[in-house]
Amino acid sequence: MSGNARVPFQRFLDTHREEVWRFLVASVGANDADDCFQETFIAALRAYPRLRAGSNLRAWVLTIAHRKALDAHRGRARRALPVAEIGALENSGEASRSTPASRRARSLHPEGSAGGAARPVDGHDSELWQAVRELPPRQRSAVALRFIADLPHRDIASAIGCSEEAARRSLHEGLAKLRREVAA
Amino acid sequence: MNSRTSMQSGEARLERALARGPGGRAPSAQAAHAAERLRARIVADGLADIGYAPVDSPFGTLHAAATRRGLVRLAFPEEHPDAMLERLARRLSPRIVQAPSMLDPVRRELDEYFSGSRRTFEIALDWALIGPFGRRVLRKTAAIPYGAHLSYAEVAAEAGSPRGARAAGNALGANPIPIVIPCHRVLRAGGNLGGYGGGLHRKRWLLSLEQGDIGPSPG
Repeated sequence: MSGNARVPFQRFLDTHREEVWRFLVASVGANDADDCFQETFIAALRAYPRLRAGSNLRAWVLTIAHRKALDAHRGRARRALPVAEIGALENSGEASRSTPASRRARSLHPEGSAGGAARPVDGHDSELWQAVRELPPRQRSAVALRFIADLPHRDIASAIGCSEEAARRSLHEGLAKLRREVAA
Repeated sequence: MNSRTSMQSGEARLERALARGPGGRAPSAQAAHAAERLRARIVADGLADIGYAPVDSPFGTLHAAATRRGLVRLAFPEEHPDAMLERLARRLSPRIVQAPSMLDPVRRELDEYFSGSRRTFEIALDWALIGPFGRRVLRKTAAIPYGAHLSYAEVAAEAGSPRGARAAGNALGANPIPIVIPCHRVLRAGGNLGGYGGGLHRKRWLLSLEQGDIGPSPG
C-alpha cells in the first residue's frame, strides 16, 4: 500500500474541528466561518488519500484553512468596497491617518472620545477580533495561527508561504498594530 | 509603574486575550455542528470511500463498514471500532466517515435475520479485503443454505483445494463479514463445532437460530 494518511478522516475531522473553527472565527468572523470550514475540510478530504504517512495533519489542515480565509477576505473586499467610497476616502483630509478600525471605532462610538480612540482589550473581545480581521492578510494569519492555533513559527511560515524570519516579522508587526489600536 | 513595565503588562494582556480566542477556549458547540453538517454533506454527495455505523445485535454492538460497492466489514463487539477503522484506512482508503444511512439496509437485514424472519441476505458485499484463496472458500461458504452445514474439508474441496482443510479454516477465521457470509455453517467432520472468530457460544447460538430456536441473548 502507498504511504497515505492512516488516520480515518472522521477521526481527523473530530480531532481538528475545534482549532480550525476557532482559527476561522478569528480570521474571517462568525458569519463566514461555516462556509470556510466546509470548504477547508472538503478540500482536505479530496487531497487526503495522497497525503504521506507521518504528515503533520494539524499544520496541514490549518494551511488549507488559512487559504480559504484569504479567499473569503478577497471575496468580501470585492463585494464591500464600492468605488465611490474609496474616492471619498482619498479626498478626505484624514484619509492618510484613518484605518478601517479607527473609522469603525468612531462609527461604533459616535459620542466617544477623539477618532481612533483605542478600544479596551477586555470586555468586548469582539472589538479586538474585529481589529485582528482588519490586519493585512499575512499579519492576520500569523497572529491567528500563532495565538489561536498555537502553531510554531516554522509551521506558520510554511502555512503562509514565507520564510520563518518573515513569519516572525509579520507576527510582530501584527501585534504592534493591535497594541496601537486596542487599549492596553 | 514605569512606562516600560506597563507596556509589557499591556502586551501580556493582549497576548492573553488573543490566546483566549474570539469565543473562549471551551469546546464550541458551533464547531461540533459545523463538523456534523460537513459529515452529512460528505455522505450525501458520495465523497466518502467508506461509511461506518454501529449495529445493535443479540451479541451486543457490532460495527459495520460499507464502501460504494457494499458491506465490506462487520466486526464483533470485542473489536474496537478505532482499530477496525485504522485497518480499513490502511487496506482500502482513509476517506472514512460515520454514515449510519449507508448502513441502513445492513441494519434492517441483520435485524430480520436475528429475529428469525430472514433466511438469506440480499445486501451487496464488497470482497476487497478477501484474497484469492479466501474468495474461493468464502464464496462456497456463502452458498451453504440457511440451517445447513459443511465440513472444513468439504469447503476446501469445493474451493479446489482438497487437502486444504486447515487453509480453509484460516480463510474462514479471517472472514471480514461474519454472519452475512455464514462461516458459522462450517463445522468439523463428525459434527464438532470447530472454531469461530466471534466465540463458540455465538456460533452455537447462530446454529440454533437457524434450527428455529432463538435463544436468549448469548452476549
